[in-house]
Amino acid sequence: MNTIWALAGVVIKELYRRKDFYVLFVLTALITIAAGMVNFFHDPKIVRYVKDICMLLIWVSALLIALITTARQIPAERESRTIFPLLAKPVTRAQFILGKFLGCWLASGIALLVFYIFFAIITGSREQNWPWLAYLQSIWLQWAMLAVVIALSLCVSIISAAPSSTTTICFIAVVGILLVGGHLNTVALHQPQPLQTIFYTIYFLIPHLEWFDIRDRVVYDWSLVGWLDCVLATLYAAAYAGLFLLLTWIGFRRKNLNM
Amino acid sequence: MKVSPYLVLALVLTVCFTLATGIEPRAATWSQHSKSDNVFGMLFGDGRRLFANQFFTMADVYFHSGYYPSIFDLREEGPAEIVAESHGHTDSPEDELKEDFLGKPKDWIDRFGRHFRITEHTHLERGNEREILPWLRLAADMDPQKIETYTVGAFFMRENLNESREAEAFLREGLRNNPNSYEILFELGRLYNENYHDSDRARNVWQLALRRWLQQDGALQKENKLGFEEITVHLARLEREAGNWQSAIDWFHAAQKVSPDPNALQEQIDVIAKKMAVPTSSTNSQPH
Repeated sequence: MNTIWALAGVVIKELYRRKDFYVLFVLTALITIAAGMVNFFHDPKIVRYVKDICMLLIWVSALLIALITTARQIPAERESRTIFPLLAKPVTRAQFILGKFLGCWLASGIALLVFYIFFAIITGSREQNWPWLAYLQSIWLQWAMLAVVIALSLCVSIISAAPSSTTTICFIAVVGILLVGGHLNTVALHQPQPLQTIFYTIYFLIPHLEWFDIRDRVVYDWSLVGWLDCVLATLYAAAYAGLFLLLTWIGFRRKNLNM
Repeated sequence: MKVSPYLVLALVLTVCFTLATGIEPRAATWSQHSKSDNVFGMLFGDGRRLFANQFFTMADVYFHSGYYPSIFDLREEGPAEIVAESHGHTDSPEDELKEDFLGKPKDWIDRFGRHFRITEHTHLERGNEREILPWLRLAADMDPQKIETYTVGAFFMRENLNESREAEAFLREGLRNNPNSYEILFELGRLYNENYHDSDRARNVWQLALRRWLQQDGALQKENKLGFEEITVHLARLEREAGNWQSAIDWFHAAQKVSPDPNALQEQIDVIAKKMAVPTSSTNSQPH
């Protein structure tokens, strides 16, 4: 376990050494503050559009940070040939994969925490209300979703040639699932065979990441999601993340590491 | 020959200044030639209307606190509910059923996913209606000719937020952009009547609205019968309140011609007729 933590620690250090996070955070902060400063009909109590914009930016930024950080892990190690001394030590390939996953996941979690603190400060200062439990649920579910995304990205990075293509493929897949995934069953109903079966198969196979998006509940001040539902959703995310990590390990186990 | 960089800089600055003095008056005429009134018009051209529609829909989404059908959900086409609300329409149980676009869960994924989605049909209330205003402001900036934006925005500001002055300013902005709009004039009349209690100005504005409605061509008049009915019924009520019985009856008769429920209007006419028949010593003015 120490080996996995050591590998994860390196990835976390990488997060604050690189500029990606800072750029995305500053952009999010600037856009949110600029949006918050706009005066609509001289009414200072209008706040939901600021929350909406900020949450959208947090989602996009967190997704990009997770994808970009993960996609370059294995290719970078191979390209710089640091993977050979690493694997020459008593580090198995499974530990290597788990360490990279844990590092990326924790790094994304740290980034999410910073983003949500900013979000809480901005919205709380305007509406004088801090629904901490709603924020906690939102951050937890988003983090759980990122676990699936990171595992998927690691899996694709084994097959894909370059980090850029991994990032692009995963970004399209994740955004596609978030936007369309939950509606594939409705779409399937209106398709002739065999398209209907294909659509339904995809619908039941893909991880339903849209469950984890409870932005609307936070923005529109709805009640909390049931805690049991949160636990079940977390188990669902863990199952998919585990599946993708298993596939990654299977692919990586016999992979020729020479470029 | 070596030229001093300061001289070159001075020369460039002089050229810039000379060009600026020459171009500036022309640039002013360019902006006058452009029909776009704002930066969005210049940036997006006619494409801004698409954005305006989207922003208007966003206002409706906010009005429903996120409970809104996606393009994949089946729902009967109709006007946005914020428009219906601004015309005084409230949801009946049948409407509620129609708006249940989710239906029963189709499978376990759908059923479980609904624990995270917004599944209740609600409308903003208790002053939270203000949250739709940024989207209406953006819609108005994007498409100043979209009349519904002004009428809906003004309705919510004066009716729910007690912001009559802001509502009036928004309507006047709409009127500047759409001088022939009977809808905006009608809403302005409501504001004068219901919020400022200035029945004389309301009457004048509604009468102008009616003239604008009549100036439309025949096909548009057939399409917009509701507008005619709203104006005439409001004029009739205003005259009734003012004690101008005959005038009120005349307006109700006019409204009956286009109303889907003329009997309801006839009942109101009968009530006024009864009042007219009873001689009183009250200050009610005689019909003119």
